[in-house]
Amino acid sequence: MLIKNTQNLTRRLIRNLNRYRRLYCGNSGDFVPHVAVIGSGPAGFYTTQQLLKAHPKLKVDIYEKLPIPFGLVRYGVAPDHPEVKNVINTFTQTAQNERCNFIGNVSIGTDITIKHLQKAYNAIVLSYGADADRKLDIPGENLPNVISARALVGWYNGLPQDRNLEVDLSCDTAVVLGHGNVALDVARILLTPTSTLSKTDISNHALEALSKSNIKKVYVVGRRGPLQVSFTIKELREMINLEDCRTIIEKEDVSFIGSLTEELPRPRKRLTDLLYKTGCNPTDNNLIHWSKAIREWQLKFLLSPTKIVSNNDNRIDSVECVKNRLEGDDILNQKAVSTDETVQIKCGLVLRSIGYKSIPIDDAIPFDQKRGVIPNENGRVTGVTGMYCSGWVGSGPVGVILSTMSDGFNTGKLIVSDMNSGLIPNIQKSGKDGILPILREKGVNVVDFKSWEKINKVEVGKGEEMGKPREKLTDIQQMLDATQEKS
Amino acid sequence: MKWITRGLNKFYPRLCNTQKFMSSTQYSFVGNPKFHSQSGPLCSGEYEMQDPKTDDEVVNITFIDKGGKRIPVKGKIGDNVMYLAHRYDIELEGACEASLACSTCHVYVHENYFDKLTDPEEEEEDMLDMAPFLKPNSRLGCQIILNKDLEGLEVTLPPITRNFYVDGHVPQPH
Repeated sequence: MLIKNTQNLTRRLIRNLNRYRRLYCGNSGDFVPHVAVIGSGPAGFYTTQQLLKAHPKLKVDIYEKLPIPFGLVRYGVAPDHPEVKNVINTFTQTAQNERCNFIGNVSIGTDITIKHLQKAYNAIVLSYGADADRKLDIPGENLPNVISARALVGWYNGLPQDRNLEVDLSCDTAVVLGHGNVALDVARILLTPTSTLSKTDISNHALEALSKSNIKKVYVVGRRGPLQVSFTIKELREMINLEDCRTIIEKEDVSFIGSLTEELPRPRKRLTDLLYKTGCNPTDNNLIHWSKAIREWQLKFLLSPTKIVSNNDNRIDSVECVKNRLEGDDILNQKAVSTDETVQIKCGLVLRSIGYKSIPIDDAIPFDQKRGVIPNENGRVTGVTGMYCSGWVGSGPVGVILSTMSDGFNTGKLIVSDMNSGLIPNIQKSGKDGILPILREKGVNVVDFKSWEKINKVEVGKGEEMGKPREKLTDIQQMLDATQEKS
Repeated sequence: MKWITRGLNKFYPRLCNTQKFMSSTQYSFVGNPKFHSQSGPLCSGEYEMQDPKTDDEVVNITFIDKGGKRIPVKGKIGDNVMYLAHRYDIELEGACEASLACSTCHVYVHENYFDKLTDPEEEEEDMLDMAPFLKPNSRLGCQIILNKDLEGLEVTLPPITRNFYVDGHVPQPH
């Protein structure tokens, strides 16, 4: 009884203490918390949106490596999915909030360190995504024309680092390794008529290369079966309905799933139904559409690449794969186990799309090398007070924009609640005023949101001349030059 | 521009780019005159900003937020539930602006009203598949357009929780 009372008393004391702290040091005082957000993709913007909403005085500075904002919305979303990019309107509103600053063209870890930021900010949010791709670690992986799908996406979306990617489209067959949405995105872009792509914001260098492409067939190869694919139904449906393109899903690969669908959770059930029907029971419309096709794609299951075989002149000849079988009781989570049987798929281009990971950017940030993420508990970076993460850098590269949004909102709320509870000390910090002079001294050409709007205007203008929504600038210097133009 | 207009025209004919968003940052849609008009059709969310002109137009609905709080709202015929929520600062996002490319406006519709809604299109079902905490009465808020039959409609916002935990961590209830 006595113990319980003491506990209650202590709890009440802490609560009151926190209330006073809030009252005198928190929201109602002159104290203005400053938060630095690293990375201006969806995770960064959604976290910022919540931070500004949850605290009436808090200021956010969003740091970005490139001179332009929006991360994967600009460089990851496929050019033929413009409606997904509508989210930029909301992000723009956030960036135009007077308590928010965009600080572009700044590399954290090189131009400025986390230690600098820790001095100037009450909290730091790491939301720089998953930049690096996982490798196959098989012989032949370094041959020319074995390309990361992520780099191909960067190439057709005008990402400066991938602008000059060497991709040879003179062969007739490509193999995409992986069964996720990025795999289907690259397959779709390779197979879409360029007359259709030319009306999108696809980068002109990619459009030109694709217009000369000889690719007529794309294999999309996964190590597991039809019940374990990671792509989503919208992307599969797009492939099935793709202009001038036939879908091949072998009956024997999918016939067994027809009887299983009833037990599956709804999203998996609908996806599995579509795979089953397409393979075993295509509609008349499908058949008519496919009979006129001049290109095709084929889904291949239960294959793990073991070697990329080259011919004498160091060009890709084929991908050698080992056949797998599935083991395990949970049908949605079975493991692939290799057999002795191998198959060869002839091709001239290999795109690797087997997952992404984050990279460490600064020694002051803990990093889990094995998983390629920043270790965290619910968004609090393990072991570092005042450091948070949001989006793929903490969760791994999974989920649609809604998942990143929820994650960003949760991190934003958590930071404000940690400020109110005193977990983050309420010390007045300088924010960007403590950082910009260092950058100036180093000669870093900082790009603010108004400058991005100038770049935006130049891109839209270039696009208008070419009959497309925009033509992206793909060179950092060009971008910086555009910020100097008179508005 | 087929893929742009497909979702928009079918489900939300008034939609065009909101000038207040786009004045300085016209992003994707420049080049399509439909998205440029200064007059003519109302922009996304602008119709919902207008009060009902007559009582006949009024459709009263209730939002139930993530904390269970009931928020009564006076809507009108033709209002899009997602934009109506925005007008009253209710925490319902709309990342793709009603173009059926995301599931950020996922809501639950009270069973008494669920059957009064028009059936979801395949595109909406595909997006709902991506929504966590999906239930049989799940819909996208942007696809619910108010009419008199929906007087008294109740829509509940789904919980948002962290979707992913490092090392399979499971949160303990407080």
